[in-house]
Amino acid sequence: MPKVTIDGHEIEVPKGTTILQAARMIGPEVAPPAMCYYSKLKTSGGYCRTCIVKVTKGSAQNPNPMPKPVASCRTEVMDGMEVANFTSPDLLEARKGVVEFLLINHPLDCPICDQAGECDLQNLGYEHGAAKTRYDFERRTFEKIDIGNKVQLHMTRCILCYRCVKTADQLCSNRVHGVLNRGDVSEISTYIQNAIDNEWSGNVIDVCPVGALTDKTFRFKSRVWFTKPVDAHRDCKTCAGKARIWFKGEEVLRVTGRKDQWGEVQDWICNDCRFEKKKVSDWTIEGPSHIDRHSVIAQNHYELQNLKLDVGRQLNKLAGEAEKNNTNTSTKKATAKK
Amino acid sequence: MGKQLLLDNIHAPGIATLGVYREFGGYKALEKALKMKPEELVDEVKKSGLRGRGGAGFPTGMKWGFLAKPEGVPRHLVCNADESEPGTFKDRYLMERKPHLLIEGMIIGSFALGARTSYIYIRGEMMYVYHILEQAIQDAYDAGLLGENIMGSGYSLDLHVHPGGGAYICGEETALIESLEGKRGNPRIKPPFPAVSGVWNRPTVVNNVETIAAVVPIVNMGGEEYAKIGVGKSTGTKLISACGHINKPGVYEIDLGLPVEEFLYSDNYCGGIRNGNKLKAVVAGGSSVPILPAELFLKTAKGEPRLMSYESLADGGFATGTMLGSGGFIVMDDTASVVKNLWNFTRFYHHESCGQCSPCREGTGWMEKVLYRILDGHGKKEDVDLLWDIQSKIDGKTICPLGDAAAWPVASAIRHFRSEFEEYIKNPGSIKDVKHYYRLHNEKEPAY
Ligand SMILES: Cc1cc2nc3c(=O)[nH]c(=O)nc-3n(C[C@H](O)[C@H](O)[C@H](O)COP(=O)(O)O)c2cc1C
Ligand code: SF4
Ligand code: SF4
Ligand code: SF4
Ligand code: FES
Repeated sequence: MPKVTIDGHEIEVPKGTTILQAARMIGPEVAPPAMCYYSKLKTSGGYCRTCIVKVTKGSAQNPNPMPKPVASCRTEVMDGMEVANFTSPDLLEARKGVVEFLLINHPLDCPICDQAGECDLQNLGYEHGAAKTRYDFERRTFEKIDIGNKVQLHMTRCILCYRCVKTADQLCSNRVHGVLNRGDVSEISTYIQNAIDNEWSGNVIDVCPVGALTDKTFRFKSRVWFTKPVDAHRDCKTCAGKARIWFKGEEVLRVTGRKDQWGEVQDWICNDCRFEKKKVSDWTIEGPSHIDRHSVIAQNHYELQNLKLDVGRQLNKLAGEAEKNNTNTSTKKATAKK
Repeated sequence: MGKQLLLDNIHAPGIATLGVYREFGGYKALEKALKMKPEELVDEVKKSGLRGRGGAGFPTGMKWGFLAKPEGVPRHLVCNADESEPGTFKDRYLMERKPHLLIEGMIIGSFALGARTSYIYIRGEMMYVYHILEQAIQDAYDAGLLGENIMGSGYSLDLHVHPGGGAYICGEETALIESLEGKRGNPRIKPPFPAVSGVWNRPTVVNNVETIAAVVPIVNMGGEEYAKIGVGKSTGTKLISACGHINKPGVYEIDLGLPVEEFLYSDNYCGGIRNGNKLKAVVAGGSSVPILPAELFLKTAKGEPRLMSYESLADGGFATGTMLGSGGFIVMDDTASVVKNLWNFTRFYHHESCGQCSPCREGTGWMEKVLYRILDGHGKKEDVDLLWDIQSKIDGKTICPLGDAAAWPVASAIRHFRSEFEEYIKNPGSIKDVKHYYRLHNEKEPAY
């Protein structure tokens, strides 16, 4: 079994393990952030570039360093490999660049975004980003699209991680959900803005790291940090029926998959469990969910000033638009401003 | 003039037809090749020292040697005819004038690699060349040069031409493969490399048009003879498409190792700078390679005369050198604006980015906007440093080399022409007509 050293921690892993997986085995103190990789989805990863690391020693046989940073989620470890992540200042600078790229066209209207409080991009910006944006051009916007009556797509928030594309490809039988156009006007779409007629389609909501794909049955009901997650199960013919249900008081506001430490669902859940089972009596409660203590949900509060993201300047502008946004769920073709 | 191995008889009337091509000795190399063993052919190509003419200069014989040969799995040869790099227009010229040279090379290459089905992936905008190739392939089938039992050798090959949809990124070999398979032209994440898993996950060799065409003279003259042309590891001849402020733009075949000064000023080639103007800068190998100012282009930092070869053009690394690239030779005289030219290149990369990875998707557009702002008379003092920083955060951090190709022109223009950027920022309004490009392309100009 190959041995790899990441930020000074050595670990022996099965052949074929990626650097990211090895780093996660060591623990969060060395694991790079990953916005597009999803262990349950084949061929995921490689797109966002937030997980880049520096390979300072290629392997025991070929000790040369790799000339460029590599995507740790798509690079397999070699025996004797040495990797620098948080210990390499220039790597951290490069990652800061990636985070900045992800944010320059992002609306950062967290105050009115359903994902706020459980958003990987918020966390990423907070932990790895710069304090201020240097981007002073108009940001790209799209109109919201309904993908059927349960899922809404707001491309403006999408980081093109391709997770939803892979989910739809790998869970649904037809190729119904993909990417249109190219470059910075690429957009996620279904063919042609159809609802995905599949009992697994709701999982695209759970894999989405940002607030681009959201549950319409939950929209604007509450902020995530005012709800309490509980693990529960039910007898389901389609899926394993193992879910996380989110309470506000006595009311079940939404149902999602159970996410692990790395933000990935443990089991896919079907649309019936997700969208139709919103009564406490539908479920057998197991107990409070374990939520990563770093997340803003666990801290039970969400303070803007704590975010290093440059949201402040967006706020004034957005305050006026918030109202409009709430009602603007047009199904018209999304348009990109270039 | 150097040897004309590819462009010989290019002006002979009817050379595009099978009959005339054969009168001038066409398909003699194929006849010879079919009597050799495939391994012997690969050896000849190795001996020739031929390097990929698509931009990266990877040794072709080695690439052919790497092709995986699992039992019972078909292999493919794919010709990359997507030529879309700004400044590069050599492959089109060759295919348009001598389609049978490429077809002959494809048959020889396919035979050497054991491929039974091969493809030419041609840029979507070149539909008329597509039709020329289709006709030539049909004629080759009719003459028994393609299809079953070619020239009675027992070897059979099918050859298809596939037009792209008009995307520069589909010239990147793995995006090309995706597109050929009927998918969105996104580059694949490597490894695996095409030599192991290419078209339909089968072992595949992707070569440039000129690379494949060069196999014909290599078979005719023998690899060793071919390797005598050129200098050092830059063997053979190379097509250069010369454009810009020169007296004689066009496609030239040079012996590698020709001094750049001779190429630029001799009447056999570019014929000097237009109107007797002074040379300002050269982009020597297509828009992606670093721009060099006249002094560094004509002589290396060590003061040696530069040669048209992979090594000499790269001498000094990116600090003072550049690359031979795909042979797109763009010359600028002292009336040209390096900043404006850079903005146009950057606009191109922004437009052509596939959008898969964040640094290239977002960074290319950002750089275009900053350059536009500078040219529009609203540049900020920090903008040059900002541009430098953005390109450095794209370079080497992307899935495919398009990100690097977008970063290098920016880095080199700032490295060698920083004062010109600063001049625009200090004296706003020296250029007024950038908006018109956006209007021309029906695009909205960046707002700031
Ligand atoms: C963005 C991009 C565009 C490219 N376009 C072309 C092209 O139009 N033609 C070409 O031959 N190679 C192109 N290449 C290089 C190919 O990926 C590949 O290296 C080449 O076809 C290999 O052939 P060769 O070894 O014969 O040079 C491109 C590469 C990139 C990254
Ligand atoms: S997706 Fe995340 S970062 Fe973006 S607006 Fe929503 S909460 Fe904020
Ligand atoms: S919609 Fe969400 S999951 Fe899909 S590509 Fe965009 S960010 Fe990723
Ligand atoms: S570098 Fe650019 S063109 Fe290449 S894969 Fe990334 S986004 Fe696409
Ligand atoms: S998580 Fe590895 S590139 Fe996105």
